Amino acid sequence: MTRKISFSEAINEAMKLAMRKDENVILLGEDVAGGAAVDHLQDDEAWGGVMGVTKGLVQEFGRDRVLDTPIAEAGYIGASVTAAATGLRPIAELMFNDFIGSCLDEVMNQAAKLRYMFGGKAKVPLTIRTMHGAGFRAAAQHSQSLYALFTHIPGLKVVIPSTPQDAKGLLLSSIFDDDPVIFFEDKTLYNMKGEVEEGFYTIPIGKADIKREGSDLTIVAIGKQVHTALKAANMLADKGIEAEVVDPRSLSPLDEETILSSVAKTGRLIVIDEANPRCSAATDISALVADKGFDYLDAPIKMITAPHSPVPFSPVLEDLYLPTPEKVLKVVAEMIGDETIVTV
Amino acid sequence: MTVMKPEMKSLTREKAKWMYEKMCEIRQFEDKVHEIFSKGVLPGFVHLYAGEEAVAVGVCAHLDEKDSITSTHRGHGHCIAKGCDLNGMMAEIYGKATGLCKGKGGSMHIADVEKGMLGANGIVGGGFPLAVGAALTAKLKKTGAVAVCFFGDGANNHGTFHEGINLAAIWKLPVIFVAENNGYAEATPFAYASSCKNIADRAIAYNIPGEIVDGKDVVAVYEAAERAILRARNGEGPTLIECKTYRNYGHFEGDAQKYKTAEEKEKHIKEWDAIAKFRRYVLSQQLLTEQELHEIERKVIETVKNAVEFAEQSPFPQAEDLLKDVYVSYQ
Repeated sequence: MTRKISFSEAINEAMKLAMRKDENVILLGEDVAGGAAVDHLQDDEAWGGVMGVTKGLVQEFGRDRVLDTPIAEAGYIGASVTAAATGLRPIAELMFNDFIGSCLDEVMNQAAKLRYMFGGKAKVPLTIRTMHGAGFRAAAQHSQSLYALFTHIPGLKVVIPSTPQDAKGLLLSSIFDDDPVIFFEDKTLYNMKGEVEEGFYTIPIGKADIKREGSDLTIVAIGKQVHTALKAANMLADKGIEAEVVDPRSLSPLDEETILSSVAKTGRLIVIDEANPRCSAATDISALVADKGFDYLDAPIKMITAPHSPVPFSPVLEDLYLPTPEKVLKVVAEMIGDETIVTV
Repeated sequence: MTVMKPEMKSLTREKAKWMYEKMCEIRQFEDKVHEIFSKGVLPGFVHLYAGEEAVAVGVCAHLDEKDSITSTHRGHGHCIAKGCDLNGMMAEIYGKATGLCKGKGGSMHIADVEKGMLGANGIVGGGFPLAVGAALTAKLKKTGAVAVCFFGDGANNHGTFHEGINLAAIWKLPVIFVAENNGYAEATPFAYASSCKNIADRAIAYNIPGEIVDGKDVVAVYEAAERAILRARNGEGPTLIECKTYRNYGHFEGDAQKYKTAEEKEKHIKEWDAIAKFRRYVLSQQLLTEQELHEIERKVIETVKNAVEFAEQSPFPQAEDLLKDVYVSYQ
């Protein structure tokens, strides 16, 4: 059974189900409930998260399991690492992924490396949920997409859902995974609605999903850009070109097989990634195909990304900054040498 | 040879006039942004400073352009008190090319380095080390300048608070750390999030003076800031001043503020209003007349109205601006 709920509600539901299933699952972060120790609130919340994603959890699970933290990311993210290593299964919310600057050591040098350094004698079942993405007019320190930073670090898993159904199943997998997972939520997707299964289900981390089948070219897109790819694919279909849209859903581990099989079928690859272009998910996926799938290619690989600049505040500049279906069509036109594609 | 050291001065008529005008400008600016934001015209997040005017104004009354300040996400008040142009500020909030940051920064990143305003900041706790760096420059280059770090009660639990203040203390840098304790970090009360009763109590750990001030009383802030700035200019190192204050609006626009009570809002916003208090003070001290105050109030409404018109009529940035200023020279 499915019903239509939002991306935000799907994430909320995953946390609720996980907390019901396992008392070791706790949630901590800045204002995940809000109003801690305010007399007239008690187990009522003031916020339920800055975007309301954690609403209602404190009412059901109480303030012992839904912990508001001071604004001290190094403190509570670091504490989550060893809370995980010593028996809890924390979901730590890093409000914006940009705030990783305040706690990178705890993630990069502690969470990611404990198991390896200790010869496999520790595990860190920690999920860090964090908001990313441009398009919200939130300017340079609240709009980045920093998943490549974490993908670079062995020991971390990196998950980026693009639909409510994927978000719920992947978050449940992340919470019950025994390794540290960084779970990215695009803030501009929270209100997006989609069909979501009821009850507990998981989607395996490391398994890409083909969001649209096609035979003429492959578009691999990350997170919200899956929707840019799907829009472009529909526009291309009107011109008689069938694009296959592959959503990796996790960058670490990366489902190399699905990406390579798709390119083997279509002979062409475009990667859409709204993050900055250098040392990025886009370059990583392109390198994968250049390295292991060169013989499949009928045309050079193309990447559609943000430019190598911070995210600008002004709406006119931010709109130019992001990938669009029109940009995709332009690239496809060049790729197949048919300029008529971009004309409406 | 006698070394001339700066000394304490009493509040002059001219200074009082400037302070009243700046406080009114901040209030009027923020009320106007609140009004415009509610119409859905403005992009992004805005965090309003209304209610806390006495802090920025009482401190910045002692500063000139060579002195630096660091600010927070709630930075409009600091910008105005430090002399930023209101037209440029409003245009920045609208994302226009004529904004102080050419539309690149927005409300949360307004800056004007020439005025010594080193930026509002989207990262809580971001300002501590930044103020320390500006003070290091002042010390090594012997400019006589000071750096003021404005920060909220939320930031006092951030690791950078400790690292920044400790560094300023061991190097005896001319920094004034000014806590704006408005009672809430977003939706979390100060008393829940902080192990100390007062932020100023933490000064003892760094062996520097810590002082608690009524942040609604601009004269009290002015006097405390003067003592701290004199110490800093005289090479005696940093001071931590905690101003107890209140924000009249939510953490950001759109915050339902369920954590506040009606009684506290009534007290802080109506009874203890900083601008009304200072108004009574300047009249009772015969520093300014009723007519002069009226004149300032009238002028401020005009100034802010002009700023909105300027912002609305300004052009947006051009496509080629997207890649400007990533580096000094991009190529």
